[in-house]
Amino acid sequence: MSASVESMVDGQGRVDDAGGGGLSARDIGRRRPDSDEWLIRGLNLTVEPGERVALIGPTGAGKTVFLRAIATLDPIQEGAVRWSDRLVTGDFAPVYRSHAVYLHQRAAFDDASVERILRHPFTMRVHRGRAYDRARVIELLQGVGRGESFLEQSSRDLSGGESQIVALVRAIQLDPDLLFLDEPTASLDRATTRAVESLIERWREERRGRGSLVLVSHDLEQTRRVATRRLILTSTGLHPEN
Amino acid sequence: MDHAYTRLTTGQLSIASGLVLVSAGASMALSLGIERGLLVAAVRMVVQLMAVGLILDWVFALDHPAAVALVLVAMTLIAGVSAGWRAGASYRGMIANGLIGVTLGSWGASAIALLVVVRVHPWYTPQFAIPLVGMILGNTMNGVSLGLDRLTSELVARRGQVESTLALGATRWEAALPIIRSSVRTGLIQTINTMAAAGIVTLPGMMTGQMLAGATPLDAVKYQMVIMFLMTFAIVAGSIVAAILAFRRLFTADHQLDLSRLVERKAGG
Repeated sequence: MSASVESMVDGQGRVDDAGGGGLSARDIGRRRPDSDEWLIRGLNLTVEPGERVALIGPTGAGKTVFLRAIATLDPIQEGAVRWSDRLVTGDFAPVYRSHAVYLHQRAAFDDASVERILRHPFTMRVHRGRAYDRARVIELLQGVGRGESFLEQSSRDLSGGESQIVALVRAIQLDPDLLFLDEPTASLDRATTRAVESLIERWREERRGRGSLVLVSHDLEQTRRVATRRLILTSTGLHPEN
Repeated sequence: MDHAYTRLTTGQLSIASGLVLVSAGASMALSLGIERGLLVAAVRMVVQLMAVGLILDWVFALDHPAAVALVLVAMTLIAGVSAGWRAGASYRGMIANGLIGVTLGSWGASAIALLVVVRVHPWYTPQFAIPLVGMILGNTMNGVSLGLDRLTSELVARRGQVESTLALGATRWEAALPIIRSSVRTGLIQTINTMAAAGIVTLPGMMTGQMLAGATPLDAVKYQMVIMFLMTFAIVAGSIVAAILAFRRLFTADHQLDLSRLVERKAGG
């Protein structure tokens, strides 16, 4: 029932070429559902191609809420997100998200082999015309000390760090222009943290420095290593460091 | 009909009801503690069935399309609302979605049953319309209810998977499809089991009733088959409709999963 019903419920969305753009988020406001209380409000952020931004600040200030809002994963009540000067709304949202990928703090997968999980995005309309590249995936995995047999592993048996690696490889193989990373290494040991960071580095090299990042992390050392610009989110808004 | 139909007298009914008292006695003797519930349920059943019997007797005697239609609409409303009502996670509009699913599925199947398969003239002949529609409604209600229940609970349980799929560029439909499939499948599994077991493990109720009323077993079996096929169709149609409506409620036009639209409904509230 897929294709025909999909056109019924979603219309025929055009797959635009909207790569390489910058992100502009203006006056972003999100209210707690069914309440007048603003979780975040009036936040602005511009990310140019290649820029790496870290969001830091006290717990509860709304870093994750803001990150999810500009990744357009949650409805916002105020403001607008633009990608390559185009308003992200309706059927442009999946196109935008194929260029600017959000990674959850903890990756959740259905029961399947790692390879099946990595293949899955290529079934999506937005990635049609691209093909799963097994050799490239193996190379990425080998870069973080996982061999070819890792592909056969079941998602049920993955550790937290391995899940994070799978999620990151799944995103990177799609050549995104921007990654939203929400505490990507929060519960990982030092070796896995290094593996995750090296994957990010690898992706940036492949993108020839045009890969952008928006990173939420309470690991200040990490934000210094990874980001070029650090912004502090407090109850009064988003401020440049110092 | 080969054999005469045997009417039951009040005396015969009393003998049967006496067995409920015996059961209640056994409950007391063994301290099962369920004699009260047993008697209350038995009395409820008597009152409810008598009321339905009286109403239907009246409708059968009237033999008027408006009266039959009224009964069918009332049954549909009850079945539809029950299908969309559930304790636990629910959303605004869930009852309406259940009602629409049940109505479309069961009325579609019923129209085929009355007009095309059995070819009842006139269509509202209560002897056919009420039991056929009633049986289809009851089963569609179960299927749609199970399907909606599965859809909402899976969206909560697999929220992470759905969201990470959306985050990679999936449309809301692509992200929801595995859960919609699982929802429709759940609604249908019971019917598949019933069909597979029919005649071996159980003698289906409708067929049993027709034999009691004097129909030959082969005639009764044919009716049973027709009703099972139509029920299957009604459940598939009803649960697909309900699942798509639920999907449209819980995902936004911007391809977001909005679980804040789910609220906890208290049991009995």
